[in-house]
Amino acid sequence: MCYGLSMGQQIAFFDRLKMAWRILIHADFAATVQDGLHALEARQTKAAAPSPDRVHASALMFLAAMQREGRLIDFLQQEVAAFSDEDVGAAARVVHRGCRQVLQQFFDFEPSVSGEEGTPMSVPAGFDSQRIRLIGNVTGQPPFKGTLKHHGWTATAVRLPVVSEALDPRVVAPAEVELQ
Amino acid sequence: MTRYVVGIDLGTTNSVLSYVDLTQSGSESLLVPQLTAPGSIEERVLLPSFLYLAQSGEFPDGSLALPWDPKVSYIVGEFARSHGMSVPTRLVASAKSWLSHSRVNRTEALLPWGAPPDVDRISPVEASARYLRHLLGSWDHKTGAAEKLSEQEVILTVPASFDAAARELTMRAAQEAGLQHVTLLEEPQAALYAWLQSVGEGFRKQMQVGDVILVVDVGGGTTDFSLIAVTEEDGELQLTRIAVGDHILLGGDNMDLTLAHNLNQDLAAKGKKLDNWQFTALTYGCRHAKELLFNTPKLAKAPISIASRGSALVGGTIKTELTRQALTQILIDGFMPQIPVTDMPQSARRTGLTQLALPYAQDPGITRQLAAFLTRQAQALAAAHEAPIKAEGRAFIHPTAVLFNGGVFKAGELKTRIIDVLNGWLAADGGQPVKVLAGADLDLAVARGAAYYGWVRRGHGIRIRGGTARSYYVGVETAAPAVPGFAPSVKALCIAPFGMEEGTQADVPPQEFALVVGEPTVFRFFASSVRREDHVGAMIEDAANDDQLDEVTPIETTLPGQSGKLVPVNLQAAVTEVGTLEVRCLEKGGTGRWKLELNVRVE
Repeated sequence: MCYGLSMGQQIAFFDRLKMAWRILIHADFAATVQDGLHALEARQTKAAAPSPDRVHASALMFLAAMQREGRLIDFLQQEVAAFSDEDVGAAARVVHRGCRQVLQQFFDFEPSVSGEEGTPMSVPAGFDSQRIRLIGNVTGQPPFKGTLKHHGWTATAVRLPVVSEALDPRVVAPAEVELQ
Repeated sequence: MTRYVVGIDLGTTNSVLSYVDLTQSGSESLLVPQLTAPGSIEERVLLPSFLYLAQSGEFPDGSLALPWDPKVSYIVGEFARSHGMSVPTRLVASAKSWLSHSRVNRTEALLPWGAPPDVDRISPVEASARYLRHLLGSWDHKTGAAEKLSEQEVILTVPASFDAAARELTMRAAQEAGLQHVTLLEEPQAALYAWLQSVGEGFRKQMQVGDVILVVDVGGGTTDFSLIAVTEEDGELQLTRIAVGDHILLGGDNMDLTLAHNLNQDLAAKGKKLDNWQFTALTYGCRHAKELLFNTPKLAKAPISIASRGSALVGGTIKTELTRQALTQILIDGFMPQIPVTDMPQSARRTGLTQLALPYAQDPGITRQLAAFLTRQAQALAAAHEAPIKAEGRAFIHPTAVLFNGGVFKAGELKTRIIDVLNGWLAADGGQPVKVLAGADLDLAVARGAAYYGWVRRGHGIRIRGGTARSYYVGVETAAPAVPGFAPSVKALCIAPFGMEEGTQADVPPQEFALVVGEPTVFRFFASSVRREDHVGAMIEDAANDDQLDEVTPIETTLPGQSGKLVPVNLQAAVTEVGTLEVRCLEKGGTGRWKLELNVRVE
């Protein structure tokens, strides 16, 4: 695995092929290339960005928690078309209970805007376009009058666990082997 | 003077640490960092009192590390609890119940009970010390070196029903954990302190002289009753704890387990067999369904899903449901039956056989246990000359107010049932209905109340008085000709009367003992929660068969010096400032003083 080597720094295939020919032909050029490659490698090791699974360790940890408490990955990885609603429903209860617990433990949420869904709402000039998304007949300049369709969600507190560097974050669920 | 006073509720299933910052006001609870999965540390208010003894190599290197203890090899808290359900033989649970189990040697490495030989077992004292050490590490990690927990004043709670030995061992665990300034407080009192804190000065409006508060504390593993009377001294209201119940190993966990066993029978009848892990999942499912039904009166039933063991969740999940009818029948009628106050718990209080596993209550009827408590205490108080409350002419003690404590009472219907039963008894005996004191947070009240008590001890607010809730006796063998097959009968000599206050010592009884120097001398030790009248020196015949006396852990001492010499001594008891009982030998006509230690060895 070679997460440290990003695409921009890789030597394209045809260039490599050309180099291979030249190396076969010129022994002294081969030595130069060898030195250059070593230097490149050294530079790359020094500048190595954290691997993607390290950068996104908290996302993997979140999935691990959802799987551990609510079996989310099991549920989503399974083909459910062939099962009855009753079977899917029973499994969904496991997922809902566990994942909800994790969600409540890690985050506090509140609606992105106050107001009841289905009721009229005015959108002032200079509104926060991240919190409010306009849909329908979007034309003219604010202020707008509209109807609140969905109040949105905004996390007001985040309490993610501290995750040990000692572990490979890609393992979101270990295999379980029962000993007799 | 330190900056904080700290209250620790070292519970059977969950532990909590709360504190009062003396430079500010109000109390807070510590968020305790703990593993929720290998390598994943979360902060929670509740620290589950579970300990998992991991095998070397069972988890990746460094994945059990705590911020304050990178090398720790065992797991405390949430992950211990959740992983332990799959590996019960390495899980230490209910250490607190073992701490009060007098038929085993509580300092011996015997937990997990039934573990295979390669598991390095630990003692109940050590398990308790590790929970406290975890709290200590959390505190120091979060608060910093300037205000270490070992330097703070810590109020540690114990069940009111803990006897002198269990209190002593709790104290030993605190010392092993490194806590230096610890005082013990009874849990029902802590719950009442939390209530006092929440009502503030309003207390004087809600209570009047003559009121008797019954604290019903049903924790995860134990049921604890206390009676606290409102009295008056020099025009000031006083609170006096007048009685505590016997130790009853029966709690909320038993209720969830009972529901799970019932549903499991139905599943087994349908050919669905659950493994350990699934049964535990069913137990948690039952608790969840129970709370849902209790909180949503419209629902007739609550679904329970038990996840498959393999990755095929859909199709492999087992479905069942808890109906309201089953809930009422199993839980309310089973644990809180409607019974007259004359209905006593169904089993004998003592059995002749030695039980080694935990001595769970034989009768799950909490109302029956309550009836027995109130009746026994009425008899005890009626016989007393200076009873703080009126008991004569009544079949049982009439409480005027009830304070509920323990997570079980999140289910309002359980409170309602106890109040109904109690009011029924009161009406039949010519009494008035009780009022219910609105308690604080049921999970945190004990820790909060304990921290508040630390503040009260510094001269603020009203303090609950009471002293020891038992009288204590040593066994004296009667001189009688030996009869083969019959043990000589034992008399009990009272060395500590009922109601001794902290920091006081009892008189020296006239009875004199001769101790052999250099050899351990063991005294049998008895306690009574109902003999309020015995003075120091009182002698009770045939102690072993007296149903008002409970034999507790023996005490022993070894006098140093040249062996073989006989030294005449008297015994004296004292209640220490921190709330433990100390028994000393005083050399007759000399200056020698030796402390007697608990003898937890079991013959």
